[in-house]
Formats: sequence, structure tokens, C-alpha cells
Amino acid sequence: MSIIDFQSVTKRFGDVTILDKITLSIDKGEIVVVIGPSGSGKSTFLRCINALETINEGDLLVDGTSVKGTPSDIRRIRREAGMVFQQFNLFPNLTALENVAFGARKVRGMHKKEAFELAESLLEKVHLADRKDNYPNQLSGGQQQRVAIARSLALKPQVMLFDEPTSALDPELRQEVLHVMQEVAQEGMTMVVVTHEMNFARDVGTRLLFIEKGHIVVDDDPKKVFENPDNPRLREFLSCVE
Amino acid sequence: MTFDWSVVFDSMPALLKGAGVTLEIAGIGLAGGLLLGVLLGLVRAYAPKVFNAIALVYIEIIRGTPIIVQVMFIYFAIPIMTGTRVDAMVAAIFAIVINSSAYIAELVRGAFLALPKGLTEAGLAMGMPFWQVLLSILAPVAVRRLIPPLGNQFITSLKDTSLFTVISVAELTRTGQEIMATNFKAVEVWSAIAVLYLIMTGFLSAILRLTERKMRIL
Repeated sequence: MSIIDFQSVTKRFGDVTILDKITLSIDKGEIVVVIGPSGSGKSTFLRCINALETINEGDLLVDGTSVKGTPSDIRRIRREAGMVFQQFNLFPNLTALENVAFGARKVRGMHKKEAFELAESLLEKVHLADRKDNYPNQLSGGQQQRVAIARSLALKPQVMLFDEPTSALDPELRQEVLHVMQEVAQEGMTMVVVTHEMNFARDVGTRLLFIEKGHIVVDDDPKKVFENPDNPRLREFLSCVE
Repeated sequence: MTFDWSVVFDSMPALLKGAGVTLEIAGIGLAGGLLLGVLLGLVRAYAPKVFNAIALVYIEIIRGTPIIVQVMFIYFAIPIMTGTRVDAMVAAIFAIVINSSAYIAELVRGAFLALPKGLTEAGLAMGMPFWQVLLSILAPVAVRRLIPPLGNQFITSLKDTSLFTVISVAELTRTGQEIMATNFKAVEVWSAIAVLYLIMTGFLSAILRLTERKMRIL
């Protein structure tokens, strides 16, 4: 059963068409990796899913709810679709543990003790149990991003959206984040990942989307695509990235 | 000349009473100014254009006129326009409320708009309504950043109360003038008044510095 359903979605910023009549559905358990040149619309594609961007035409259903619905529909979608940002966006006045517990308490209405227990177990999952009392500015970028992943997981979403989660990190810090993402994937989480990490796309992804100029040009099995990219534009793109 | 301490001691009870009035005007006035200022600042930062424009006009009018004109207007002009007498103390407090609110509004607007956009997005992406993002994510960070500039405004407003001598409110400066008028001991009286103001502003600075240290400015 599909959890994300794009029905001829068009997104424009002013006169510029960012997404052009995209139709596509994503099933539970899929690890969809989205690649493409900058400005191709891949971040917008992701941000439309949790209604951080509003769509101009078509419809987009997340777990059966339309992103064009009421404010409470949109909040429901956002609770079910956790998001990890390029810039982490942790709350600077809260410790790692408080950051992770925050959403569980405020959004899921969990009791304090329960939320902190959940937060503790999630920090353990992202291998940061020992940094739980540190504030974001006391953590490295890679650690901050792992806290951000735990913070999203705390809402128990059905889908996780990753918006270039490693692009703001040094190469050596990327691996720890990708490693955690791989572990999340292995637990069966449905994921949509916008990334430039081709190894992750190949090894972890179950489906690869190549977006260019607002169109999905390639939608295929990543292993097959990387072995033999038959689309000339994708081949050109990959040769630049690798 | 010799500094006559007995003048200071003799006038101290009256001066302390005046300082009490100063604190009352500043305290109540700033509490009101803070409330109104936060409201106006949030309207400036987030409300639809019409409300934003109304707030902007208010702020420009208040910031663009001297506080002494404002208090004169409240005390002398409003009674003529409305036919009801305004108590001098009420006029003084009201003047601090409207005057400080205009400056505080701009501080609040700046503090909120300077926050990284990602914080709002992180909150919204969790499925929180905007008011909750504002209250539980943005406000705690903004408040920390607001403390130093708010401290400035509090001290400025406290000292501005000395201008209300023009409407004969018995605050510290007015009390001093009255004592001066009877004994002509300018050096002693004005020194004592200056020290009393310094104690009040110093105390305010200390409280603010303590809060800052407790809160980790982010």
C-alpha cells in the first residue's frame, strides 16, 4: 500500500516551474534515494511531502491525507513524516536529551518521564547516550545530525524525510550519520532521502529517483542504475559526482 | 565650600519617598510597556499586513516624539479633549507604558526575526501549530537574546521618569527640586539624588546580569 502518492503535482515559485506534473507513489518500507543537480527540484520534492511547501496543482496524499487539507490534516501529515534537515535545526537552548524528548512531549503528549526514557533509548540508538546532557553547540555537526535523527524518530513517524542530511558535514563526519541512517533503514522505516552520497544510494537505497528540471527522469533500482546508467543525462551527472 | 552632610540626612526621608514614587512609576510602567511591547513586536514580526501597519504607525509616532511631549499631552491635552481629569501619577505611568512599548516592540521584532528560520521549520515539521512553535521554541531563545537590550531600555525608562517633574509628580527629581527651593543646598541635594538614581539603576543592572548568567545567552 502506498504511503506517499504524488498525483500530477506541480510546484511553481513565481513563473518558475520547480516540479512539473510529478506522478509517483512510494510504498511502505521503500528506501527512496533522490538525486539530481542543484536546482533540479529535489529538495522541493521532499518539502512538498510534509507541506513545508504548498503545491500549486495536482494532489499529494501522505498516508491517505491530502497536503491540501485543513491545518489539522497538515499537522497530522507532519507528525507521520519526520524530517531531518541539512542544517540540523536543533533547539539551541535544550540539551540533546531534551531536544529528543521535546516532540514526544509537546506533539505526542507523552508524560515527562516516559518521553525522557524514550529519548534516552533513541540517543543510545544513534550512539550518543554519553552526550545526552550536552547542548547542541557542544556537539560536532555529525553528532548534532544524529541527535536530529533521534528527535524525528521520537515522534514515531511512518516515514522519514532526509533533506541532504550530510551536505553540511565534513567528509569524516558524514559516515557516522550515514551509518545511523542505514540502521534506521534496516529496521524497516520508509525513507525518502535527498542526497549526494552515491555509495549510500547504491548500498542502502531500494529505489532511485533522478530529478532534473522538475521531472523525474529516472525511477529505477539503484544497483542496476549505478552498474549501467542508460540515461545519458544521469550518466553525465554521475560522472561529475563520483 | 564644605559638604554639609546634615542636609543629606535631613532630606533623606523625603528623597527616599521620592525614589519610591520613581520606582512605582518605572515598575508599573515597564511591566505594562513590556506587555504591550511584546504584543506589538509579535504583530510587527508575524501578523498580516494591516495589523503590522497599525503597529508600525503607533511605533513611529511614539518613537518620533519626545516623552516630555507625550506626558504633557496625556496630562493637559487629554482632559480638554475628553473632559475628564487625569491624575498626574496615572499620566506618568501611562507615559512610560506607551513610550517604552514602542522601543520594546522593535527589540522584540528584531529578536524574533533574527532567529534562524530552521527553528521554525523544525517545529512546524514536527506537526506543531505556529502559535506553539512561537511559544515553546522561538520564545525561549528570543527571550535570552532580548535580555541585554531590554536592560538598556529599562534603565533608560527609569531615568526618563525624572522628566515627569514637569507635571509635578512627586518622584525623586521633583522632590529634590522642592527641597532645593527651600534650603538652596544644590551640591548636597543633587549629589544625593544622583547617588539614589545610581543605586536604582545599579540594582537593575545587577539583576539583569544575574539573569543573563543564569540563562546562557544563545
